[in-house]
Amino acid sequence: MDVPLSWYLVLAAALFCIGLYGVLVRRNAVGILMGIELMLNAVNVNLAAFWRYITPRVLIGQAFVIFGITVAAAEAAVGLALVIAIYRNRETINVDEIDLMRW
Amino acid sequence: MYLVRLVFLLLSLVTLGSALGVIFSRNILHSALFLILSFIGVAGIYILLEAPFLAAVQVFVYAGAIAVLIIFAIMLTRRLTGQGIRQLNEQRWVAAVAVVLLFAMLAFILSNTDWQISKEAPLEDAVNALGQGFLTTYVLPFEVAAVLLLAALVGAIVIAREE
Repeated sequence: MDVPLSWYLVLAAALFCIGLYGVLVRRNAVGILMGIELMLNAVNVNLAAFWRYITPRVLIGQAFVIFGITVAAAEAAVGLALVIAIYRNRETINVDEIDLMRW
Repeated sequence: MYLVRLVFLLLSLVTLGSALGVIFSRNILHSALFLILSFIGVAGIYILLEAPFLAAVQVFVYAGAIAVLIIFAIMLTRRLTGQGIRQLNEQRWVAAVAVVLLFAMLAFILSNTDWQISKEAPLEDAVNALGQGFLTTYVLPFEVAAVLLLAALVGAIVIAREE
């Protein structure tokens, strides 16, 4: 408890914003997925910090982090499979060149 | 007391610095390696939060499994991810302004809120209690997570398979 709770929250906000920036500006689809992983990590840090500082006797915060990691793993598996499928069909994974569904 | 804060700041520096490395590396393989470093920094944050089990899961699942998956994907799509290719798109300045504004707003709100901090110590045997909880209180989300993982596995195989 030596570190104030808000430090953790600001750290998580910074990590989230860096991940968001990566998602917005990266051209490579794998880079976008890495940005999403950073954002999910930031959410998990938030949940763990709230668990430690607000409800340390109830484990709901830690359980949520575990579920968050599970969802992130599922997202990474499906996302990377999509990247490989797109690469096989279109020979590129730069998202600004994949504009088949753009009007 | 100041030692713990110093450790926190050091871990934050590693985490955020390597997160910036993920975004701005020109070589996407370096991005993936920075991503592993960032995950390990977050594992250190979990240890600082007295949640060693989360730190172990973080290292196993993120720094182990997801990082390997990402590196595999980079290797399989290698030809277009080399040095000379422009990595950021043309909306980088707009996005930077938007993200900095979002961070400023979040930091302002988070540091000005009066959190109801509990003075209690965390559970001594958290891993044991977590396992008990997953098979009693949280058994439904636990099973849903299992089904989600199965569906993701089947979906990933079906999508990535050659016709």
